[in-house]
Amino acid sequence: MCSVCGCGPGTHHAHLGHEHAGHEHIGHEHHDLVLIEKDILAKNDLYAETNRQRFERLGVFALNLVSSPGSGKTTLLVKTIGALKKKLPVAVIEGDQQTSIDADRIRETGVSTVQVNTGRGCHLDAHMVGHAMEDLPLVRNSVLFIENVGNLVCPASFDLGEAQKVAILSVTEGDDKPLKYPDMFAAATTVVISKIDLLPYVDFNVERCIGHLGSINPDLDIFRLSATTGEGMEAWIEMLTGASVHAAKKALCHA
Amino acid sequence: MHELTIASALVEQVCDHARDRGASRVGSIRVRMGALSGIAKALHFCFPSAAKGTICDGAVLYIDEVPLTVMCMRCDAVKTPSGHYNFRCPDCGHPTPKVITGREMQLASIELVGADAPPAGAHASAGTTDNSLSSQGI
Repeated sequence: MCSVCGCGPGTHHAHLGHEHAGHEHIGHEHHDLVLIEKDILAKNDLYAETNRQRFERLGVFALNLVSSPGSGKTTLLVKTIGALKKKLPVAVIEGDQQTSIDADRIRETGVSTVQVNTGRGCHLDAHMVGHAMEDLPLVRNSVLFIENVGNLVCPASFDLGEAQKVAILSVTEGDDKPLKYPDMFAAATTVVISKIDLLPYVDFNVERCIGHLGSINPDLDIFRLSATTGEGMEAWIEMLTGASVHAAKKALCHA
Repeated sequence: MHELTIASALVEQVCDHARDRGASRVGSIRVRMGALSGIAKALHFCFPSAAKGTICDGAVLYIDEVPLTVMCMRCDAVKTPSGHYNFRCPDCGHPTPKVITGREMQLASIELVGADAPPAGAHASAGTTDNSLSSQGI
């Protein structure tokens, strides 16, 4: 028995201050060292899994759109919705620190949109997306675009439950961006190189950029397009349509 | 600035464990942060404010930094790249996108003060890690 606290051989705890078989004490307080071994973001991952299961059950193809501010996410989204909405039901969750400017732009296309303002927060998390879904008519076999806060760092760590994480990189940003922000491109499933109509005016080497992307994540699905001129949009829309049909079929199998 | 979210998630998780075990306070917290997480120092800065007013207030935060290691498929071996953002084998130059260690953001262990008798098998003895950083929560 410990002469300080009287705990017996049957108790297992570590104390600091004085040591003897199996435990230590500081003064007279018990100090238990407990192994946890759990991801710090386990709670977010749990919410993300709940969202994912809901998407899969309903056949909703969900995409998390991430990029730096100003890459043209909202413009791409508006043009994409224009091409998709005749074929498929589309909904949007719009994440920004402040204002509903982007959500208003998206609403003009006629699709259901929920604006989430993160305030001082720099990313959407799975819990916010779960609540945003309550305000959306989440239609069976639809496409859900989640436009994240413009930030190429923080959103990389937060799974929202999406099927695809799409990193959008505009040619005005520099072809070495994948090397500077590797986490985002490592976490992404898809990359859209946007604003390619501006290539003649900027020093952006597409092949070099794709080489950098490949060295970080060789499994990336890469699209090059211009939402303004429509160049390359066909392949992008085709991928979205195909993946949506696939999600719907999968839901039918699980039903 | 997501380090504040990470710090808050950490504090929340530790508080849950401490409450479940009836602890009166948390003496220390040990986390494992991969080199690619990039927030070890920022986490030290944020932790005291995230912990303020909780059972974690005043706890010492130990951060074990996990180095980046990658798998080189050509050499068929685990390698340590020359830089965090250089995903190429330091020996043969082959691309090495497969990260083995370095992405961790894990709560490893907590030291609880005045806790109830915990369930068997939930303990470890205190260890020291050479590359650990520590900070005292205010």
